[in-house]
Amino acid sequence: MVRSWQHCPVVSAADAGTTRGTHTMANTSVRLLLEPIVDKNPITLQILGICSALAVTTKLAPAITMSIALTVVLVGSSVIISLIRQHMPSSIRIIIQMTIIASLVIVVDQVLQAFAYELSKQLSVFVGLIITNCIVLGRAEAFASKNPPWPSFIDALGHGIGYSVILIGVAVIRELLGSGSLLGVQILPLLKEGGWYEPNGLMLLAPGAFFIIGLMIWAIRTWKPDQLEKPEYRIHVVHRTEAQ
Amino acid sequence: MSADSRSQAAGAGLTGLVASIKAVFKLPNDDPRKTLAVALVLCLACSMVVSATAVSLRPLQERKAALALKSEIVEVAGLDSGELDLDEAFAQIETRLVDLDSGAFVEGADPLSYSYRDAAKDPAASTSLSEADPAGLIRRPDRMPVYLVRDAGQLDTIILPIYGAGLWSTMHGLLALAPDGRTVKALTFYEQRETAGLGSEVAGERWLSEWPGKVVLDASGKPVIEVAKGDVDPNAPNAEHRVDGLSGATLTSNGVTNLMRFWLGPQGYGPFLATLSGRERG
Repeated sequence: MVRSWQHCPVVSAADAGTTRGTHTMANTSVRLLLEPIVDKNPITLQILGICSALAVTTKLAPAITMSIALTVVLVGSSVIISLIRQHMPSSIRIIIQMTIIASLVIVVDQVLQAFAYELSKQLSVFVGLIITNCIVLGRAEAFASKNPPWPSFIDALGHGIGYSVILIGVAVIRELLGSGSLLGVQILPLLKEGGWYEPNGLMLLAPGAFFIIGLMIWAIRTWKPDQLEKPEYRIHVVHRTEAQ
Repeated sequence: MSADSRSQAAGAGLTGLVASIKAVFKLPNDDPRKTLAVALVLCLACSMVVSATAVSLRPLQERKAALALKSEIVEVAGLDSGELDLDEAFAQIETRLVDLDSGAFVEGADPLSYSYRDAAKDPAASTSLSEADPAGLIRRPDRMPVYLVRDAGQLDTIILPIYGAGLWSTMHGLLALAPDGRTVKALTFYEQRETAGLGSEVAGERWLSEWPGKVVLDASGKPVIEVAKGDVDPNAPNAEHRVDGLSGATLTSNGVTNLMRFWLGPQGYGPFLATLSGRERG
């Protein structure tokens, strides 16, 4: 499908025009990639994707799998939507975006079942719920449907990494304090096995993740106080720079 | 000449088709014809990608699922000592096929390649349960695999695959019984999609650990095991036949009661358990 769209004269002419026209491409790409990691992090600034961030972070392994799955879906859907953006009838554009996202999620879920059976059982419904993850549709609608494929790819990758950084960070804290282990390897010897560490059960429950994400947001906003100011205003700034 | 002109005509037809597709895609985006065309092409492309992935990955998924089932069987058999590898441990377990109606072992069929899920869909290998279907199976396979663990020649554990409807999903599990065919040694549900956090506790270790020691049949061989509503008083006379209910998951609990009673009853493993315990005793 992607190929056939690429050959379509309208899209390729427009894309070629933008690519040739921007010589600050490299700078823009780096900015698009790095901004979502701290400055515009989808979880800590935009407070999106919280549901999965709470649900799959009790252990590190599912959190890493979930991060990869979401990043793959986000990047794939953004690139495809960007490639066909010139041909999207505005009356059905959200349905088109959802169809593409849902198809990619099913593909990712099938691949996980085939190659990582145990992990896919642990993640259960949460891979399927990537379809409703606001980060994916958010980037599709706000960025990919208005920008050429390369910037859309970078933007999606940046948001995927931004999501992954927080998810993995939360999972490291929760697994270490909640089970005394990382990736299943015992780091802190448990009291019941003759060690000294009494695991903190709160970390294994959803409120534990809420506290950690809350503390992370507090820490990031103390480090970058401009995030405290009217977040709506920053989101508008994003739109203007994207439109250039 | 005719072949030449035909291929030319086909070429022209193709070019015409390409041209008309191009024409549709040159229409303004809000033209209803273009909207329809885009929706059609998108749906076609997405469905092809999804079905190609599903079909091409199915053999691999089935192999992974079979491997996972093996490890569940080894674990419920109590052989999971961690030293043995999976295949070695599984080789110690005797897999047999049982004809449910007669309760006798089926000879001459490979029990390892038998899938009760496929059999349940095959009218020739299953029986319709139109009248009494408490476990919601619709069709019951005529044969089921059983897994026998022997210790120095003596039967030690009987593992019976069981399944049935919960609230949302079909729950697949394994029930390990002592050689008397009445006392539970272990229970596991390895596949279920019940309500997360409530019904899904059906596969949780805490609830499953209530099962060992429970007696599923009464003296006459009738299945009496029951998942109670609420907690079971351990001093009540029938406490050995009753298991604490899952809180907030009455329908999942009822599903477990129903599938247990079905599979241990006359339409399930009842005849097999009767002949087995008779044979081992006598």
